[in-house]
Amino acid sequence: MFRLRSWPVRIVLLSTVLVFLSCSRDGGQGAENGGDSSKESLVLYCGRSQSLVDDIVKMYEEKSGVDVRIKYGNTAELALAIQEEGAKSPADVFWAQDAGALGALSRKGLLQTLPPVVITRVPGLFRNTSHHWVATSGRMRVFAYSPDRVSLDDMPFSVFELAEEKWNGRVGWAPTNASFQSFVTAMRVMSGEERTENWLRGMKAGGAKSYPKNTAIIEGIYAGEIDLGLPNHYYLLRFKAEDPNFPVEQSSFDAGDVGNLVNIAGVGVLGSSGNATGAQKFIEFLLSDEMQKYLVENTHEYPVIPILHDHDGLLMYEALEELAPPIELADLEDLDGTLALLRKVGLL
Amino acid sequence: MRRRPPWYLTFFPALVSIAVGLPIAYLAVRASEVDAAMLREILLRERNLLLVRNTLGLMLGVIAGSSLLAVPLAWLATSTNIRGRGIVTLLSVLPLAIPGYVLGYSLLALGSPYGPVQELFGVTPFARATGFWGSLVALTLYNFPFLFLTLRTGFLEIDPALGESARALGLSPFAAFRRVTLPQLWPAFASGALLVGLYVLGDFGVVSLMRFETFSYAIYLQYAASLDRAYAAWLALGLLALTITILAIEFRVAGRILLERAGKGSRRERKLFRLGRWAWPAYTFVGTALLFSLALPIGSILFWTSRVRDFSFSDLLPSLFDSLSVSIPVALVATALALPVALLAGRFPSGLSRGFERGAYLGYAIPPLALALGFIFLTLKSVPFLYQSLALLVAALSVHFLALALSPIRSAVRTASRSLEEASRALGRGRWETFRSVSLPLLWPGVAGAGLLVFLSAMKELPVSFLLAPLDFQSLPLRVYGYTTEAMFAEAAPYALAILMLSSLGATLVLRVSPGGAR
Repeated sequence: MFRLRSWPVRIVLLSTVLVFLSCSRDGGQGAENGGDSSKESLVLYCGRSQSLVDDIVKMYEEKSGVDVRIKYGNTAELALAIQEEGAKSPADVFWAQDAGALGALSRKGLLQTLPPVVITRVPGLFRNTSHHWVATSGRMRVFAYSPDRVSLDDMPFSVFELAEEKWNGRVGWAPTNASFQSFVTAMRVMSGEERTENWLRGMKAGGAKSYPKNTAIIEGIYAGEIDLGLPNHYYLLRFKAEDPNFPVEQSSFDAGDVGNLVNIAGVGVLGSSGNATGAQKFIEFLLSDEMQKYLVENTHEYPVIPILHDHDGLLMYEALEELAPPIELADLEDLDGTLALLRKVGLL
Repeated sequence: MRRRPPWYLTFFPALVSIAVGLPIAYLAVRASEVDAAMLREILLRERNLLLVRNTLGLMLGVIAGSSLLAVPLAWLATSTNIRGRGIVTLLSVLPLAIPGYVLGYSLLALGSPYGPVQELFGVTPFARATGFWGSLVALTLYNFPFLFLTLRTGFLEIDPALGESARALGLSPFAAFRRVTLPQLWPAFASGALLVGLYVLGDFGVVSLMRFETFSYAIYLQYAASLDRAYAAWLALGLLALTITILAIEFRVAGRILLERAGKGSRRERKLFRLGRWAWPAYTFVGTALLFSLALPIGSILFWTSRVRDFSFSDLLPSLFDSLSVSIPVALVATALALPVALLAGRFPSGLSRGFERGAYLGYAIPPLALALGFIFLTLKSVPFLYQSLALLVAALSVHFLALALSPIRSAVRTASRSLEEASRALGRGRWETFRSVSLPLLWPGVAGAGLLVFLSAMKELPVSFLLAPLDFQSLPLRVYGYTTEAMFAEAAPYALAILMLSSLGATLVLRVSPGGAR
């Protein structure tokens, strides 16, 4: 029955051979941290998008001679994959878009403690207490507004004011946006569940317009649909880079207001990494003056080290630290509770 | 006397069932990590009812919407003298090549004050489509080709002699259509509708853009927002239970009818219906359907392409290579695996063979993220050297897309005559020789359709590739997604365009070799 010349048998044999050929081609290197090649290599799982990261990685490869192998993905999905991989993870470094995913991996004991030389590079605002990860860049929640329709006297001191009657029908937000959601989480932590729910309900009753993303909020202000919106700080800066006369401005609420929440993108080294030294070198590179300036200029994000920069529209580190609400980013882990609240209020 | 199937007709389907079963076993492992109190809370949440209602409502709606588009299009493209039947066929398949989120974005942009329509014409013609209706329209517009392809095979396989006999026996043309032709189309319709239904059950991309909460959206949020694998596993198992119910219904409805041709085995040449004064309404219908399903998304892509500043073709090449190095093997493997599954179930019906067939459909219903996590878990436990290899990605996607290959082949097996095969065997041809020279030519339209469906779907696949692809892997959809999440539509456009062109090329080739296709 199992004659070698019969077609089904041939198909089985051929596909077996093909499978082994294709795993010998790319399987080995992925699973073994590239121990077989002469060049040192580093495996990066990257939750930031490729368009922001590609050039930085190329610069690092040129400078260090290290071959960086990358898996791009969504931050949460990569964090799930790392949990599933456990001790066998091929990854050395995880570069995440938000603190939540890093916090989850840190609590599960999947990240290494970073050496003081890395940790002390950034101020307290930008690292977690267990020293498992550091921020690489920051983004601040702001309010963007039309200077024609919002006078200086009208400027809100606190995000809570926006639920008041005088703002009815004038405000836009993006409830599905991850940064907005972590802002709501921060509000729940700082002001309590009830006050947050009341604020959300008040905003909704006042006709706050929901936009699919932050850029649409800015466009909404430009188009006159709304007078004021709640985006991250860098979207308007990107518009301004294209057109310096773009007729929208932005500002911050009073110092310490939850509406000024600072979110981060950050990195950690996997506990399972066999190349911790290489991983730390990569992080040191990201935190170098040179790369921090590069980030500021190309993504309009905040640097995480107090370097001098004269980039239009960005605050200096001291101002940023003063304005930011006093909250530990690791406390913003209860996204599930926030989503439940947003659903309850009818915003998701 | 019952014949016993040859070993390979049992071996491969058994292999498939194991491959589908493993990720489900993984879900069970994760699901068992929930403690009892939590579980009670999970299962009794009122929200689950809402999820079931939303999911089923959307599924039925999309099936209905797809039928409204696909039935007339398939009939026009196969059975009438409409001009350019080949083109109509090709264009009716192509919406499958458009990634769901591209269509979603362009529909949203239609109603947006900053979209291309607004910019070009200064008007916003539609309200922003979101929620149930937005999801319904978007999913219908790119899922109707599933139904079109199976119905097209169905129309081509209809034996006109039956209809003519019915007329000769005194039935009116309409009654003959209703009582003879329509029942012959039923299995094709059912298997196409099943694919549409399964797709809607599993879709995450469109419903998340339109913010309509279905099961798979809730599963994704559970994974992504809480990084929680246990509760998500329960939701995924719930979705699988829903799928099994739907499969049971479909098999009950479609499995009853015996459709193979008796008699001489070769069917008569079909006569084409002359449209006459109905030609213009027909063209208008085709034009409108394709305007929304094709012209709209392609228009958006071209609009963005026109804004590309610096782009070099050499950036595109690695992505082209990566995409093809997955899509083609997946199409071949999935089709090759579906063939024995369908043949076993069609030729040697038994509880076991039907079980294999149903099991194969489940691979499509496992949420992609859960499937990928399952494969990570299982590979690292058993064959770590395969982890992040191309072979693993091809295997996982083949399991995932098997259902797509199974549907067209299954309906082809149903209608292909068994007596021809028996005659060939009786005349002394071997089993394999018979398969090659008699069965395969009869099954060919189904096989070609199967390969095409899988190829088109694999070309735009995201969630499984995200997690299981080798390091440094950059297929076209991964690039498109990477740019669109940063709202860099112009940078994404060339990659989206490449997906479209490769997919059209694949579709043209496959339709050219299948009978009655594009000429």
